Amino acid sequence: MPGLRRSPRATPGPGSGGPTIRDEVGETVHEEFESGFSGGGALVAEQAVLVGDEGRGRGPLKWGLSFFAWLAIGWMVFIVIIAVLAKIGLVTWGDPQNVIASCARKGPFANEGTAPGHLLGCDSDGRDMIARLALGAWTSLLVGTGSVALGFLIGGTLGLIAGYFGGRLDSFLVSTFNVLLSVPGVVLALALVAFLQGSAQAGTATALPDVVILIIAIGVVAIPLIGRISRASALTWSRREFVLAARAQGAKNGRVMWREVLPNVLPAMVSIALLSVAIAIVAEGALAILGVGVRPPTPSWGNMIAIDRGELFTSPHIVFEPALLIFLTVLALNYLGDVIRAKFDVRESAI
Amino acid sequence: MSDARFEESAYGGPLLEVTDLTTSFSTDRGVVRAVDGVSLVLERGKTLGIVGESGSGKTVLSRSIMNLLPKRGLQREGSVRFEGKEISELPADAMRHYWGAQMAMIFQDPMTSLNPVMKIGNQITEAIREHLDVTPDYARDLAESLLASVRIPEPHVRLNEYPHQLSGGMRQRVCIAVALACGPKLLFADEPTTALDVTVQAQVLDLIAGQQAERFMAMVLVTHDLGVVAGRAERVAVMYAGRVVEEAPTGVLFADMKMPYSEALLASIPKLDAHSHVRLNTIPGRPPDLVHPPAGCKFAPRCPYVQDRCLEEEPPLRAGPTAGHQFRCWFPVGTPEGQEARAKNEREGRVPAAAVAGGH
Repeated sequence: MPGLRRSPRATPGPGSGGPTIRDEVGETVHEEFESGFSGGGALVAEQAVLVGDEGRGRGPLKWGLSFFAWLAIGWMVFIVIIAVLAKIGLVTWGDPQNVIASCARKGPFANEGTAPGHLLGCDSDGRDMIARLALGAWTSLLVGTGSVALGFLIGGTLGLIAGYFGGRLDSFLVSTFNVLLSVPGVVLALALVAFLQGSAQAGTATALPDVVILIIAIGVVAIPLIGRISRASALTWSRREFVLAARAQGAKNGRVMWREVLPNVLPAMVSIALLSVAIAIVAEGALAILGVGVRPPTPSWGNMIAIDRGELFTSPHIVFEPALLIFLTVLALNYLGDVIRAKFDVRESAI
Repeated sequence: MSDARFEESAYGGPLLEVTDLTTSFSTDRGVVRAVDGVSLVLERGKTLGIVGESGSGKTVLSRSIMNLLPKRGLQREGSVRFEGKEISELPADAMRHYWGAQMAMIFQDPMTSLNPVMKIGNQITEAIREHLDVTPDYARDLAESLLASVRIPEPHVRLNEYPHQLSGGMRQRVCIAVALACGPKLLFADEPTTALDVTVQAQVLDLIAGQQAERFMAMVLVTHDLGVVAGRAERVAVMYAGRVVEEAPTGVLFADMKMPYSEALLASIPKLDAHSHVRLNTIPGRPPDLVHPPAGCKFAPRCPYVQDRCLEEEPPLRAGPTAGHQFRCWFPVGTPEGQEARAKNEREGRVPAAAVAGGH
């Protein structure tokens, strides 16, 4: 009987019929996602979820990101490009150290001295704001990412070890984190900067660049914060059955941590890393106002605010411009952090 | 060490001998004796079913044999001999040569026992690369043929997929492939079908049985369902409150069970030929608190045969009428004293009616 009911679709010719077309579309979408990111198992898993869930999406918003998310990405790309170009001197917006006394405290659109003029005005010494803001972006981003990288490298690793192994090692590391946390962050950073700068002046150590000193100071403050988050995340993932299953297959601890736990911990940590960069940029500004930031003449957004804060009522643009950049950058990083976290949360609910 | 598995062991005795294994955990409430004096013997290529309800210590027993339990607050006593070699005291570094290569485990829930962010191919090759000295390409080919052998369609495609792209039954097949990857001699299947749809349970069990026969593996099949072990295990051990309360060749157990708990377990399986509105039989009450277990027989508070003696004195494991049959009971099912005990209870109304109705 079943033979009589055979439908014409049961023997389609090659390349004909609806199913083939659908398969092709599926393939294309998948390939685009494959080429979208190439690093990290977690990211690839994420695309897989997108393919399953939102693969039908069309147009530039294929990743399912909102307009504001693209705006935030655009802003960060813009700032990073400006900073890099200013640092390597490929494109200059004037010399950030060039003092034109007659331009001092002139507001935006002041057009004295140099040919292109000063679109964003000059600071209290008569230096071009655009040039200083661009180079300051480099300093601020370097301190922000560098300190977070340090915090993740040490804090994240210690947290992963504490969460995975548990027991006495965990208690020891967590209490160490708690001791570090009990010292107010600003005080700890101040003390570290003073110590690192002081030891160079006393001749007991070679002088470190200010940026490196700040990276160490803010990074050390970040270690216990990041360590605790990483430990909490590693703790929950390490108690999962697949970790036991990997051990039951004879995998060594290091391998289980690296291959089984870390890829699961990472997505949450990436979003926290972005938020931390934002916090570190603000922290650099705070330290600059307290007088231990990057020392002039090197500009950073923080020390630009710090140096000319006395001019706030006479020439507000000198303080407002770097403050606005910090504000927008922190906003963008915070928003992207949230977007990434929301994206990665899909992983389990999509199953 | 990785080559040792290719050499035929000269040891002629049973593959696994567990003697008086006791496993307890220190908790805030006190010491929990999850496994209490269990002895088991398993021959090569045979299957031992371990049956009991939730909390009877089945899972802890299998993990304790494999030495996979978290070390914190753990006390293990007794002996575990694998191919005649004592392995219960081995540190994790030494056990690693057994894990995966000599003995492997299939876990209850395939949703949680696969890493959600690792490709299936990598999860299988992981163990192969750990134990066998092979090239990545060879390991991958091996993984593909393993997937084919657990009857996963299009194995070369599946290798690059993530667990969430597969259904529950397919994931459990992947778990089986992972467990089989290094050709273990002993397989622990810890409720391998509990989390699966009933329609694929039989498929998965038959698949495991087929692979077991093909590879001449011994298997410990842990389940709460007597129906699962019937026809699949050579021997069955019924566990209650961390103890083996009855152990027998499968046929003997089903034909002539002596322990009221085994009888109650069997009675709780729904019967196909029963009328459609017959109440399902349950075992009243719940398993005892393992921190403060009752003094006498652990099952006595729920037993329809209970007598005063049961509450005071714990019955030893004693031999049944058939060879290889052991049980713990003062008033066994199917004996004159058992029938008399039950009849007396029914006359005096000693146990809840639900328990009385349970037997027949």
